[in-house]
Amino acid sequence: MEKFITLNTRAIPLNIENVDTDQIIPARFLKSTSREGFGENLFRDWRYEKDGAEQSDFILNNKHYSGSVLIAGDNFGCGSSREHAAWALSDYGFKAIVSSFFADIFKGNALNNGLLPVQVSPDFLKTIMKLISEKPATLVRVNLDSQTISIENSKLKESFEIDTYKKTCMINGYDDIEFLLSKKDKIEHFENQRELLHVNG
Amino acid sequence: MSKTLFEKVWEAHVVDTIEDGPQILYIDKHLIHEVTSPQAFQELEKRNIPVFRPKEIVATADHNTPTVDQHLPVKDELSRKQLAQLSENCKKNNIKLYELGHKYNGIVHVIAPELGITQPGMTIVCGDSHTSTHGAFGSIAFGIGTSQVTQVFASQCLLLTKPKSMRIKVNGTLKNGVLPKDVILYIISELGTNVGTGYFCEYAGEVFENMSMEGRMTVCNMSIEMGARGGMIAPDQTTFEYVKGKKFAPKAKKWKSSLEYWKTLPSDKDAIFDKEFVFDAEDIDPMITFGTNPGMSIKVGQKIPDKKEASFEKSLKYMNFQKGEAMAGKPINYVFIGSCTNSRIEDFRVVARYVKGKQKAKNVTAWLVPGSRQVENQIEKEGLKDIFQMAGFELRQPGCSACLAMNDDKIPEDEYCVSTSNRNFEGRQGQGSRTILASPLVAAAAAIEGRIVDITKQLN
Repeated sequence: MEKFITLNTRAIPLNIENVDTDQIIPARFLKSTSREGFGENLFRDWRYEKDGAEQSDFILNNKHYSGSVLIAGDNFGCGSSREHAAWALSDYGFKAIVSSFFADIFKGNALNNGLLPVQVSPDFLKTIMKLISEKPATLVRVNLDSQTISIENSKLKESFEIDTYKKTCMINGYDDIEFLLSKKDKIEHFENQRELLHVNG
Repeated sequence: MSKTLFEKVWEAHVVDTIEDGPQILYIDKHLIHEVTSPQAFQELEKRNIPVFRPKEIVATADHNTPTVDQHLPVKDELSRKQLAQLSENCKKNNIKLYELGHKYNGIVHVIAPELGITQPGMTIVCGDSHTSTHGAFGSIAFGIGTSQVTQVFASQCLLLTKPKSMRIKVNGTLKNGVLPKDVILYIISELGTNVGTGYFCEYAGEVFENMSMEGRMTVCNMSIEMGARGGMIAPDQTTFEYVKGKKFAPKAKKWKSSLEYWKTLPSDKDAIFDKEFVFDAEDIDPMITFGTNPGMSIKVGQKIPDKKEASFEKSLKYMNFQKGEAMAGKPINYVFIGSCTNSRIEDFRVVARYVKGKQKAKNVTAWLVPGSRQVENQIEKEGLKDIFQMAGFELRQPGCSACLAMNDDKIPEDEYCVSTSNRNFEGRQGQGSRTILASPLVAAAAAIEGRIVDITKQLN
């Protein structure tokens, strides 16, 4: 996993609530057996017409907006557990998603891929959504170390929560597998104890 | 101290707790399928990590499999490759696979319970959000992403922060024609699609106590549609009777000791939940969705409400519905009865009972897709197949099918489909398709009439 470094970037405002994982990456694109290339089909049915032409009114197709932060409406990532959604967002170039609410599985998947979910208050979200929609050149600063998100040349700043363990993983680029493997003895001990107890199995 | 069902099962699986961080939770059963596992196997190979406990993994092919001509090679090249990859990965790692054509093949959340793989008190995961289904047995079951699939392959464990607990009680007796699907759609319509985020939800009260295992699975299945990672129902006599004698259920002495343990699992009387909701069965009617998330549903006889929110209006625009319109009477051309929510034998019995002696409307394409080969065989054994054929319904072969339209079972653009599945998201059943979620009974009635029917009028 890539290390997460402080972002200082423009952002793309996706002012839609309840963005589900079927919209992020429709099921028909889940047939690949590798992790690469999903960015092409990110938000496929909002981004493109059926004939492949760009939907001119969709925000990702608006040349005024760019950057590696996506600002999204409430309840982002609901629906399926497909990690392809996180892969698609990362592959497209996003490093952080800002919303006032994230669905559980998506949040976990994002964190496992170095994509930072930044949960802010509904008021803060509303303010920055409007600001960035109106001034696309606005720079957003996401600092994981201090757990803050701020807007350049303004007093707009908010802190966000993240599990201490996950924060360490993100900053250092660690993933859970190595950690779990280092606990093998404990896991085997647990299995043996249970065997003795005759619970389940 | 008093404990909830969830706490009892969770605590029995904690291997270790990291200070100021997550816990290591041991996973009893890991279910896999062709879509969310290949990248996990690839990652293991890349890092040269063996699968730690292959015997605790069960694989099936379900998401992209065709529902006709399953004896022939899969036509779609990408699907065929994905399925071949699953077979190869399972073979290489000594994992039991119920592949296409196997007598136990079917949707992962249908086959594990019917084979007795799912048991009370277990922890069960799968790279699929509807893994919550298995909570019907009093197990902790939830969907995971592919990185977590890799973790379970490598260590049979996951790093997790313990979710909060909530309880939903539904007291009383359900009215005639109100099915488990209506109960869960009603709950989500009342509480919203993110009330459960961060929580595990226990369903309790007379309605669930009196529900069959199939019904309980339908309810727990859709827990994720209100944001809850999982749903649970306390194991009781109904649960034990369902599990007993199943292929992988404990036998003889082991059955006795398991039973003894399972009986200790229900929440203690004074156990405390982080939040709790109570409903009355009398208030629940057959439900129908009108929007693009499962929370947007009304009683089938009601009119589409008037809300001013942008997301609400966006939904109605996609569905091409107007505020204030009645759902009953709306013409539809497609009906899909299937998916991990409603593709068990009980669901097909409901449909058969209703359509017996009737004919589907001419304009309607009605697909019946059993959840598994075993369900398919049972349909035939009980003579339901003939009833369906006489009524003009198309009984197809098992799989996830038109629930997510990964295979060829797609609903065309702009068409409405009354579906017994779990998600009515934009384009879920095919690009531009419009999904209307309902119970098998409401779906069957729509197929017969070619429009949405206020079934309550027929029932009364």
